[in-house]
Amino acid sequence: MSMAEPFTQLTAVAIPLDETNVDTDQLVPARFSKLPIGPGHERVLFHDRRFLAGDRPNPDSIFNRPAYQGAKILVARRNFGIGSSRESAVMSVWSFGLRALIAPSFGDIFFNNCFKRGLLPIRLAESDVDKLFTHLLPRPGATVTVDLPAQTITAAAMTFGFDIGGVQKMCLLKGLDEVAVTDTHQEEIAAFEAAYDADFPWLATQLRAGAR
Amino acid sequence: MSDTLFDKVWRRHVVTRYTDEALIYIDRVLLHEGANHAFRSLAAMKRRARRPRDAIACADHYVPTVGREKGLEGIEIVENRNEIALMERNAREHGLTLFGVDDPLQGILHVVGPELGITLPGMIIVGGDSHTCTHGAMGALAFGTGSSELAHILATQTLWQKTPKRMRIVVNGRLGLGVSAKDLALWIIRAIGNDGGIGYFIEYAGPAVRALSMEQRMTLCNLTTEAGARGGMIAPDDTTFEYLAGRPYAPAGALWDKAIAYWRKLATDEGASFDREVELDAARVAPQVSWGTNPSQVVGVNDAVPNPLDEPNAMRRETMQAALDYMDLKPGMRLAELSIDRVFIGSCTNARIEDLRLAAGIAKRGRAVVPTMVVPGSRSVKRQAEQEGLDRIFLAAGFEWRDSGCSSCTCVNGDVVLPGERCASTSNRNYKGRQGPGSRTHLVSPATAAAAALTGRIVDVRSFTGA
Ligand code: SF4
Repeated sequence: MSMAEPFTQLTAVAIPLDETNVDTDQLVPARFSKLPIGPGHERVLFHDRRFLAGDRPNPDSIFNRPAYQGAKILVARRNFGIGSSRESAVMSVWSFGLRALIAPSFGDIFFNNCFKRGLLPIRLAESDVDKLFTHLLPRPGATVTVDLPAQTITAAAMTFGFDIGGVQKMCLLKGLDEVAVTDTHQEEIAAFEAAYDADFPWLATQLRAGAR
Repeated sequence: MSDTLFDKVWRRHVVTRYTDEALIYIDRVLLHEGANHAFRSLAAMKRRARRPRDAIACADHYVPTVGREKGLEGIEIVENRNEIALMERNAREHGLTLFGVDDPLQGILHVVGPELGITLPGMIIVGGDSHTCTHGAMGALAFGTGSSELAHILATQTLWQKTPKRMRIVVNGRLGLGVSAKDLALWIIRAIGNDGGIGYFIEYAGPAVRALSMEQRMTLCNLTTEAGARGGMIAPDDTTFEYLAGRPYAPAGALWDKAIAYWRKLATDEGASFDREVELDAARVAPQVSWGTNPSQVVGVNDAVPNPLDEPNAMRRETMQAALDYMDLKPGMRLAELSIDRVFIGSCTNARIEDLRLAAGIAKRGRAVVPTMVVPGSRSVKRQAEQEGLDRIFLAAGFEWRDSGCSSCTCVNGDVVLPGERCASTSNRNYKGRQGPGSRTHLVSPATAAAAALTGRIVDVRSFTGA
């Protein structure tokens, strides 16, 4: 994976997507999951909800409302991104221009994938998410600030703290790719592997023989 | 010190730590056609697979289930043919362990791994597919991941992970006659919720779990991801060892003895503590049927569809109502009254030989009144079923007997359920549109699915005598 853009602070329009259980089949209908990332890929996100027959924009979709154009933050309810492991779910969110996602909980695989693309998913306490919705829903186009070094989210006079893993935070802050970070541990991996192969010879030899 | 099964396996794989994350060593990585994204990332990094033989690639999602004798070239959907060809080319270039579309051992990853003895106790297995948790049945720590994590694993054989919390689900008693591991799994998801497992790794334990066969354990572990958990596992025991003995890639001779001695030590110690413990009684499990659009929205076959008005939480109430609208159901309806348009027996949940035997046992008693497709989980399963004569039972009952793959579980191979159709399916996901735009899925066990084929309705297999 190429290096992602560093993520430090972000102030942007936030889309309040007032729904639970937004699964990856909704984020990217299965038929688009094979598409490589490239120009035009942003259309894939929520395709069947954003577009009507003949690819006309659906005026009922929050994503098509003028106040939310250029949004970089999405706030959703519980279980955002549950379901299939399709990478295109994260890629479509990225291509669309979103950079931070806030919800009380996420699908695990989706959550971890986000970091690999330089996207920041934030698990925020449900009561805090409720407050964000109460603030955002009547104010289309309102902005939210995400501060990664400080691990805070600010909207109007409210500030909430959030948690993030150490490696994940470092990679996002520096725009580092995780493989590069892991490569600094090459010697440890090699030493681990030698001891491991000696302890578990049946694993070391299992698939070695013969090409399939 | 008392440790859980999870702790024992996890700790043995920690290479190093950074703050709250551990770099864990990955024994086996599982790939399907979706891994082409990962190969692209690998190419962009100018990297090669670090332990290529330990990566297993299967063509399963995009393969057609008819016309397979024509091979790769015969695949009509051009996009799918290209994607399979690309995956096979990538796997060969990197020297991976490949089961391509024309391989006699081809099948769904999560069927092929265990049946060939590739999946072993004590391993950490990561796959580019959320149902990788299936392999936890073997006493492995197995979970799904996305393709950029796959690229990381292929390049480094490791993955950064926070330690998940541990949950133990103890199922006491015994499952009743006609009640399967699928019913148990759906019932558990209903009990803990489709997000009840988020942040957790689950260990399934207790007499009802111990009594399950290896294939039933796979069905149970397969559905773990539907409760939001990273994975679920079952301590290896004699059932596991008997299943593994003699499988093509399982250790043999002195290595086997050595392996077993280690595997026996993996069980959770007396007094080990979990972050959450759930205790359930298997005797209370009836055949389950999903009524909604996520796998926690299920009821017993004789129960009524729940009423959103009875749900105190406003958000959940809305979710329920939306599901009822999509599924075209009314609160209070009995699912046993529903007519079904189509039946799918297959997927990594329920397409192993035992599943097909259960379905055939019912199929014997009548003839299908709705289109019904049986898709074996692998070519090995297909061959065995044909040796046992199950194919003839299905064909005589008017069921279609297809070639192996994911098929109507995710439908990207073209085996779609039509808009508005109600499908009784042995797969694992009933999301909106999962089986095709506008499709309505009712998740059920293989026996319930076969009975639905014969009657065109959802019926209680415990009292089903034939059609
Ligand atoms: S059968 Fe379904 S759930 Fe299983 S691997 Fe294939 S698509 Fe995924």
